[in-house]
Amino acid sequence: MTAAAPPTVPPTRLSARAPARLLSGPTGGAVLALVALVVLNALFTPNFATAANAWNILWQVSSVVIVAVGMTIVIATGGIDLSVGSVMAIAGALVATQLGHGIPVAVLAALLGAVAIGTLNGTLVARWKIQPIVVTLATLIAGRGLAQVLSNDGQLVPVRDATFEVLGRGRIGPVPVPVIIAAVVVALAAYALRATPFGRYVLAAGGNPAAARLAGVPVQRTMIMVYAVCGLLAGIAGLLETSRLGASDAAKMGLNIELDAIAATVVGGTALSGGRAVVLGTVVGALVMQVIATSFNMLLIPYAWSLVLKAAIILVAVYFQRPKQA
Amino acid sequence: MTRAAQPILRMEGIVKRFAGVTALDDVGLTLERGEVHALVGENGAGKSTLVKIMTGAYRRDGGAMFLEGNAVSFHTPADAQAAGVIAVHQEIHLLTHRTVAENVWLAREPRRFGLIDWPRMFGDTAALFRDLGIGIDPRATLGTLRTAQRQMVAIARGVSLGAKVLVLDEPTSSLAEREVTLLYGLIRTLRAQGTAIVYISHRFDELFAICDRVTVLRDGKFVATRELATLERIDLVCLMLGKSREALAAGATAFTEHAERPETEAPLLRADALGRGRRLQGVSVEVRRGEVVGLAGLLGSGRTETARAIFGADPYDTGAMTVNGHPLAPKSPGEAIGARIAFVTEDRKGEGIIPEMSVRENLTLAALPTLTRMGVVDRARQTQIVDEYMRRFSIKASSAEQKIRELSGGNQQKVLLARWLCTKPELFIVDEPTRGIDIGARREIQALVDELAASGLGVLMISSDLEELVEGSSRVVVLRDGRDVAELGHDELTQDAIIRAMAGGESAAPTALPS
Repeated sequence: MTAAAPPTVPPTRLSARAPARLLSGPTGGAVLALVALVVLNALFTPNFATAANAWNILWQVSSVVIVAVGMTIVIATGGIDLSVGSVMAIAGALVATQLGHGIPVAVLAALLGAVAIGTLNGTLVARWKIQPIVVTLATLIAGRGLAQVLSNDGQLVPVRDATFEVLGRGRIGPVPVPVIIAAVVVALAAYALRATPFGRYVLAAGGNPAAARLAGVPVQRTMIMVYAVCGLLAGIAGLLETSRLGASDAAKMGLNIELDAIAATVVGGTALSGGRAVVLGTVVGALVMQVIATSFNMLLIPYAWSLVLKAAIILVAVYFQRPKQA
Repeated sequence: MTRAAQPILRMEGIVKRFAGVTALDDVGLTLERGEVHALVGENGAGKSTLVKIMTGAYRRDGGAMFLEGNAVSFHTPADAQAAGVIAVHQEIHLLTHRTVAENVWLAREPRRFGLIDWPRMFGDTAALFRDLGIGIDPRATLGTLRTAQRQMVAIARGVSLGAKVLVLDEPTSSLAEREVTLLYGLIRTLRAQGTAIVYISHRFDELFAICDRVTVLRDGKFVATRELATLERIDLVCLMLGKSREALAAGATAFTEHAERPETEAPLLRADALGRGRRLQGVSVEVRRGEVVGLAGLLGSGRTETARAIFGADPYDTGAMTVNGHPLAPKSPGEAIGARIAFVTEDRKGEGIIPEMSVRENLTLAALPTLTRMGVVDRARQTQIVDEYMRRFSIKASSAEQKIRELSGGNQQKVLLARWLCTKPELFIVDEPTRGIDIGARREIQALVDELAASGLGVLMISSDLEELVEGSSRVVVLRDGRDVAELGHDELTQDAIIRAMAGGESAAPTALPS
């Protein structure tokens, strides 16, 4: 009779390289799920394993990825941002209504609006100490209203501008423009988190705010910046969606995208408790969700079933990430 | 009572292995009825493993355990609890939003017709508290109580479970001095009622004050069980460290003699009547280069508040301060750091470490602005600094990338000291630098504080360890109720003098204090 397995794990001696860490760490489950989904679909779903379909999947997932990167940084501080969908709608409404002043003005107005909402979120969270879920629930509701006010009581505002259309529908070679933008966002965010003081401050403020403050970390400023960045990224996603649709749709644009972004973040291995951010994991998480949606669509399985599978994957992923007993 | 002489709990030849590593090797422990039994040893000695086996959290790989003469094996903490062997943990697990009575009877609520019998629950709690001499309202919400009172509730819960053996793990680590007295009272009551108490603590004062016998473990092995009444402190240290008496430097701390600096020298820090709210009502203190100035006082006397005001963590709103002759009123730690002030907190877990971050990240957190080139952290420079300090302080970690939460308390503290040293401070404030740290690391940290002062830094050291203050400081400023009430120069610096100043009152007759 041997006793129960020892609950203590000796500290890892691995000098982990990034790919190894992605596999062995909390993102491992998501990576395995993605590989399994791609392999199974390649074998059993007609026309899945084509370059066109691959670009299509990446094109469709790019907005969620951009929003989810912002969400990942917010969640790394122990917060959450429910308002991203409304911010997308505001950015869409602004760009569509201001397009008469030229693209640069319209785009700038849209992004400024998005950053303003993000900064408001951050200020209320950091300075007024209101819970992030409450603050961003309020801006979710108010933001959706504001977007509809901006666009003549919620009507579709068509955008007819060939240049602006490039943003959401253009390609460079075989690569859709939104995919390039998403890739740049991911690379910048991953690098900033790893290599800049701001990135380290985000993780420190999320891991132990009191300790971070005593170590001289500008915790409040960092928090405000984080929500502003999340707003900015949601604004960019709003521009892409508006361009892709050829219209701003204040009532529907970005509806429920906060849930997709949170799901991608969580499945990707970023802990809701804060102090950890896995940007590449978030990308993997978003891809898992998108591959499920696309393949179910191609297999003509009702959409509702894909929701059930998504839910199962979220639960399984989080189950495997739960803290090991000490 | 023919069985009166029989020990209440006996553990023999206990062996425990973790993944091939032997954590306990042939360890024995005997608890008599109505004794307070100290369990001591440096980190890694096996204290917590032994206690976890005793209370059913771990299973032993070898050996035997007898409760009142009968062989027992506990498979879960619930088994041990049912048999009367109960642990009260360092961090108390209770429901802060519920009442005291609900916490005491949690999961065993008295019922009537299937519903909770509230009058009986409050009545039983009141009766229990009367027995134990605890003055807490059973209807109070737990969250409104102070730590010491919560601890008493936890102990009372243990007693109500029918505890024959009660394990107290670092029970005073978060208590104020006055609260410790209350806890001692409760322990004495339990001892008189025949409960055996296992008392784990790093603090010698407490062991000698409250415990009857002591069992020493070292590196997973049993060393000795002794009567504390006939044991000298220095001998206990020797048993714990496995060293002979001669090998230990004179004194229990690692400090060397400190000379007082001439008063003519311009002070590095001059704080004049700092005040903030009710907690801090006018504290003046000066620190010159090369000095260790001790800050003494009971908990709540304003020691930590003084440090936090100087450091800008809780800015002062009355008084004035100069650093290097320049006025300074920092509104945030960032401003104080800019003025070359460093502050090592007493609350290592709560306000010191970022648990999920690596040793490297934690060590360089405060110095990041100076390590940044064009908006990016200079990784090479960072690695160089981390390597240097890990070697210099002999920080024990598998690598700089190990998460800091996996390190022992002493090593975490060294990382935090290094975090501040690499900001090149001139004034170093340390708050309880050796609290909760085993003796070996404690001596290293004390030696380091010495070294800092010798190299020309000004050090302000808060400590509730009087020995540490007397042996480590050039001068000691004593606080009481948010004011400085005495300053003891090097020649008048004794534990007695500090205690007298802390206690206050008219010290007209220089009578010796009862120890």
